[in-house]
Amino acid sequence: MSDSAIYQPGDTVRVRVDSPPGHYRTPDYVKGKTGRVVALCGVFRNPESLGHGGSGLPAKPLYTVEFPQADVWDGYTGPESDKVLVDVYEHWLDPA
Amino acid sequence: MSDVQEGHEHPEDSAELSYYAQRAQAIEALLEEKGLCTPEEVQQAVNTVESRSPADGARVVARAWVDPGFKQRLLADPRSAVEEMGYILPDANTQLAVLENTEDVHYLVVCTLCSCYPRNLLGRPPDWYKSLAYRSRAVIDPRGVMAEFGLELPGEMEVRVMDSTADMRYLVLPRRPAGTEGLSEEALARLVNRDSMIGVTDPFIPQAVASA
Repeated sequence: MSDSAIYQPGDTVRVRVDSPPGHYRTPDYVKGKTGRVVALCGVFRNPESLGHGGSGLPAKPLYTVEFPQADVWDGYTGPESDKVLVDVYEHWLDPA
Repeated sequence: MSDVQEGHEHPEDSAELSYYAQRAQAIEALLEEKGLCTPEEVQQAVNTVESRSPADGARVVARAWVDPGFKQRLLADPRSAVEEMGYILPDANTQLAVLENTEDVHYLVVCTLCSCYPRNLLGRPPDWYKSLAYRSRAVIDPRGVMAEFGLELPGEMEVRVMDSTADMRYLVLPRRPAGTEGLSEEALARLVNRDSMIGVTDPFIPQAVASA
């Protein structure tokens, strides 16, 4: 992985379904869900390495991704326009 | 450390340290022994967080309300903007980000995985922010949670829940209450409560406006 981000705001992405051992920061409730990239937050050291005494390098691009609440929760009662936004590292995302 | 415990706090006397206090001391001793940080650095980090409070965030919000140029800089580069006001954010590993509430969009911040919070600006988070109940319900039923805090939002307003999962620390820039045109920056800052910078409430409405 490099320091250059492969996704742009507006891109549609799907969160990987995975449960690797260790300190990953992808919440279960968005795994397998499709969302839209809102912003590139920057490039940060990888918590999956940092959390276990590693260097966190190579650093990973981090994105804010928005998901319609109705797609995430069965029976969400709020308006369709409501969203949940999650910061997700690039290696957890696939194009969708 | 009582901060690690949730719910209620136990007063600690020096003779009998709690499990968490002992654990924190052991970790601190190990960090120093391994040369990863000095006691002074630990003390400095504690001092920074302890010296900050929601009043600091409120000053930033009030400045953004009265100064459009500052607001623009705050949204584009929050770290530099708060530095203009004398707030140095020591943790270079995390980034402050500001989410602007508008008449169409309302942001609510949560950290479902732990308790990430802009401590460098607002100080320590409230206990409820760290509770499992808030952390799960804020994402599943944000409107229900806000209603319990007294904030009922119209259906046409989009609710955007920001789950602070990684390296960003989110501050909500709440909407300036109507009828506050004549107020000074200092008076405006007093309307900005902690919870409005998390997004579970709106700022206070000044009494003069509320009773008008």
